[in-house]
Amino acid sequence: MATVTYITHDGDDYEAELVEGKSLMQTAVDEAIPGIDGDCGGEAACGTCHVIVDPTWITTVGRSGSVEEAMLSMHPEREANSRLSCQMSATEEWDGLTVRLPEFQL
Amino acid sequence: MSIATTIAEKAQSMIPLEMQIRGAHMYDKTRRIVTRTDGQKIFTETPIPPVDEVALADIDLSNPFLYRQGMWRSYFERVRNEAPVHFRPESPFGPFWSVTRHADIIAVDKNHEAFSAEPFIIIGKPPRFMDIAMFIAMDPPQHDKQRAAVQGVVAPKNLREMEGLIRSRVREVLDGLPVDEPFDWVNAVSIELTARMLATLLDFPYEDRHKLVEWSDLATSMEEANGGPSDNDKVFREMAAMAQGLSSLWRDKAARTAGGEDPGFDLITMLQSNDDTKDLLDNRPMEFLGNLVLLIVGGNDTTRNSMSGGVLALNQYPDQFEKLKANHDLIPNAVSEIIRWQTPLAYMRRIAKKDVILNGQFIRKGDKVVMWYASGNRDERVFDRPDELIIDRSNARNHIAFGFGVHRCMGNRLAELQLRILWEELLVRFDDIEVVGEPEYAQSNFVRGISKMMVRLSPKQDK
Repeated sequence: MATVTYITHDGDDYEAELVEGKSLMQTAVDEAIPGIDGDCGGEAACGTCHVIVDPTWITTVGRSGSVEEAMLSMHPEREANSRLSCQMSATEEWDGLTVRLPEFQL
Repeated sequence: MSIATTIAEKAQSMIPLEMQIRGAHMYDKTRRIVTRTDGQKIFTETPIPPVDEVALADIDLSNPFLYRQGMWRSYFERVRNEAPVHFRPESPFGPFWSVTRHADIIAVDKNHEAFSAEPFIIIGKPPRFMDIAMFIAMDPPQHDKQRAAVQGVVAPKNLREMEGLIRSRVREVLDGLPVDEPFDWVNAVSIELTARMLATLLDFPYEDRHKLVEWSDLATSMEEANGGPSDNDKVFREMAAMAQGLSSLWRDKAARTAGGEDPGFDLITMLQSNDDTKDLLDNRPMEFLGNLVLLIVGGNDTTRNSMSGGVLALNQYPDQFEKLKANHDLIPNAVSEIIRWQTPLAYMRRIAKKDVILNGQFIRKGDKVVMWYASGNRDERVFDRPDELIIDRSNARNHIAFGFGVHRCMGNRLAELQLRILWEELLVRFDDIEVVGEPEYAQSNFVRGISKMMVRLSPKQDK
């Protein structure tokens, strides 16, 4: 089974199954992983699913585009590898992916 | 930048703010005299007929008495089902489109390229020359710079600093409330707590905190803007007083900082320590006023009506109150559900920047488009049994009361924090928070306000 690991700000690990085509936000919300809200339901319109992608994975998953940047740019904790996880549609290729969660969401 | 804008900005920076407002007042007074409308109200309350007696095309959702008379639920439901993107060709505010379904509202809200927030986000417009610019009614890129300058004040890190203070104030107010006898919750709790919060956000003189509430209430109740009941003369006088009060606040703070006082976590400190905004009062006084007014208004009746609305909702759904009392871990989700149920601001308005097709309707460039959050939050396509308060509703956080997109409410976590603390402290003190009689509701198509609500408290026996 392909998996993704979310690391909370406090350093707790949460592992979840990667489902082809399912966003990392939806996976987190469905698995009740703390630290991701997904208030807009995946429309890149609330900034509450912000994750920071591990540098070794950023080329594989891709960087944020202008749509994500509109919300990410308002986030005080954003980093170069920040993404909105609702726009990250999982593929099997991502098996072993690690993302960090910011301390706060917008 | 055009020559007209350059001249306007220069004029603005040279004429004292207060005088600019007095000028606007004189213009408005003259207009009323010349048109012989002085003393007349645009809106007089009449009973609104049941929605099934009205033709679909005749429905006017801008009626400022819809909420007050409790007719809004049935009116929005009909439009949502039969004409989800509905055109009203005539209204006291001119023609406008209504968008009433959750999904369509999000589509408009996030599409700031097609739908502009300029020049105003209320259905109507403020009196001429009182159109103070604020970033809620600006598009990117100008919006982004202005928001970035102030959003630190409600950044979660800052909220952590404020939590202790918020809690001690809530405790103080709740411990001073009468028990076993009716009192007006709106005044004693909702207004009092939000006034204290506003004073803290601005480091405004604590003993004058009610001025902030008064100014904010007037700013949001102008009849030509959103159908509110306020008297233009009073509005202008108080806006001039507000301009003076906030200017003094700015100068006073600058002097205290120069004198060596420690910087706080308040808005003025933040603006004065940022290179982009430290000259705001001197060089762009209308922008200064606009952004301060925005933050005062943003944190005023919204939080107030959520505080009152939560009590009302839990009275209407007593099984939910029992559920909440039995499990305080449900408080955070209950807060989201309360905000959904109350939806303190009914809508936000946009103008189409180009021709757009929305859910089958052809919206022309230049058309006014109103996103009815109050309807979207009761959309049966998204929320099961939408009119019911369900404190453990799994998708409560999908509500649109805060909006979506770049304008999404900046203070949303502060609002949630205040409500969470309020309910934590209420539940350990009181066994029952009983609404006595019927509440009174405000006249406005914008603010869904509870203006008076008598409540009787029963203390917990084991305290």
